[in-house]
Amino acid sequence: MDYVKAFCVGGLICVLGQILIDKTKLTSARILVLFVVSGCVLGGLGWYQKLVEFAGAGASVPLFGFGNTLARGVMREVDKAGFLGVITGGLKAASGGITAAIVSAFVMACFFNPKEK
Amino acid sequence: MAKHMGKQSMEFEKDISIISTASTVGTKEGQGPLKEYFDSILTDNLAGQDSWEKAESKIASDNLKLAINKAGLNPSDISYVVTGDLLNQCCGSVFGVRSLNIPFFGIFGACSTMGESMSLGAVLLESGGAKYVLCGASSHFASAEKQFRFPMDLGTQRTPTATWTVTGDGAALLAVKNEHPYIRRITTGKIIDLGITDANNMGAAMAPAAADAIYQHFCDFGFKPDYYDVIATGDLGYVGQKLLIELLNKKGIDISKNHIDCGIEIFDRELQDTHCGGSGCACSAVTFAGMLYNKLRHKSINKVLFVPTGALMSPTSVQQGESIAGIAHCVGIEN
Amino acid sequence: MGKEVTKEEYGNMVKKASPDSPIFLNCIRAFLVGGLICCIGQLITNVCNVFGLSTEDSGTYTSIILVAVASLLTGLGLYSKLGKFAGAGSVVPITGFSNSVTAPAIEFKKEGFILGLGAKIFIVAGPVILYGVLTSIVVGLIYYFVR
Repeated sequence: MDYVKAFCVGGLICVLGQILIDKTKLTSARILVLFVVSGCVLGGLGWYQKLVEFAGAGASVPLFGFGNTLARGVMREVDKAGFLGVITGGLKAASGGITAAIVSAFVMACFFNPKEK
Repeated sequence: MAKHMGKQSMEFEKDISIISTASTVGTKEGQGPLKEYFDSILTDNLAGQDSWEKAESKIASDNLKLAINKAGLNPSDISYVVTGDLLNQCCGSVFGVRSLNIPFFGIFGACSTMGESMSLGAVLLESGGAKYVLCGASSHFASAEKQFRFPMDLGTQRTPTATWTVTGDGAALLAVKNEHPYIRRITTGKIIDLGITDANNMGAAMAPAAADAIYQHFCDFGFKPDYYDVIATGDLGYVGQKLLIELLNKKGIDISKNHIDCGIEIFDRELQDTHCGGSGCACSAVTFAGMLYNKLRHKSINKVLFVPTGALMSPTSVQQGESIAGIAHCVGIEN
Repeated sequence: MGKEVTKEEYGNMVKKASPDSPIFLNCIRAFLVGGLICCIGQLITNVCNVFGLSTEDSGTYTSIILVAVASLLTGLGLYSKLGKFAGAGSVVPITGFSNSVTAPAIEFKKEGFILGLGAKIFIVAGPVILYGVLTSIVVGLIYYFVR
């Protein structure tokens, strides 16, 4: 059942992105920014976490989830460390994804050359 | 001496002959409908180099030499080489021409470059100050994407109005000689901007410039559209062609019967998934050097108005909200 | 000779002449591929759970594995093919973020490891991190004062 939920919710979020791309001619870079920022806002309001609890990876894998991770991280750190958490919380929570992205990008760049479409 | 005609045109007195052409294209173009017309088709779009930019220069260099060889000449016989491309500071041409040791005029006219180089080449010859002038233009799909859009491996979708930059180089060697076909006249286009900002709809940005230049050409020389067997625009694509015909219709000129667009001719829209057609400096350059020159030589067509079209912009200007300006140059070629 | 076409008139002509994106078909593809990527994410999360990891840690592992796989696919030249088919379906998931870091890293390697790869690795993903972090600071500040 959790796979069906993940598939449907994740798929629908992507459809939302597709409509934005086709209707507004936004580039993918802008879509990514929009999704992370809105995910962070929705996460700060505590709403997005409800969707994550319902749809699991269907809500956490799309970039909204990345924004939500930033928001939840910052709030958890504020609880733990006070004002310093405002500064450190976001990236701390997102560090896994970002580090994985830059390390794997570097490794791939060492091994591969660009390919024509 | 050449005669200034009307507002923007020049008629040549001498027989400015196109004595040879050469065309080199990438793999995708080599699978397209014009494949039998090209002199050389790459098997690898890196052309044995280690970057897209170096590949473009290598293609340009080899193709320029090919045009010289086909005329039975040596690089030392050539008075001037006039070429351009899409890369910053014309680097595609610069490093392509570097080893040729020929006096060099580097030009930029975006995708209209071939029209600009042939116009200037003809003017140089008409002036009497040159013996052989080599004109050319190059572009490369990957180096253009890298500079103007996104890295190759980024997973993005192309919009239906997007065009596909042609990989290749087209060159034409000009001399005053009794050998058809000849460049008889030129009309130099103005920069026309009707406020298009969508960088994925170049055809729409360039169509007004093409319409303006073609209209002016007919005004300046007093021709009717059926004077030419073929009116070949550079890289307007399907959307731009529709707009061009519509714009000229509004001015009472109907070119729908003899108009072709190099961007439409060079790819098979259905089989090659190129959306709106081909684009880039090489698009009109290789289509002229390949198909049009071949047909002129064999006299299956005798009068061609060649109108390369260019979209004048840079990634910076687009990001700063500038609209995309268009330009087009008419080159009247006859047997 | 007719009168000159104004920018407004021309804008309308262009709109009429330009085909629209096949939005329905694009959405179906985005749904299928996006859904599938999330399902794979769910599978990874479930496996992590089986190994006794906390929900939070499972989520992080899921991100890391998806990011690494997408990066490899980018290197192999397969992610751009997937992107052409799936559109937002492969942009919106975190795999799209990974693609947007790896693609420039590979493309600009030729300009050197420092000013090429190093400086340009974030040309697409940089804004995501910048505005994501800025938003998180705003969220954190508000939370700090209202909690």
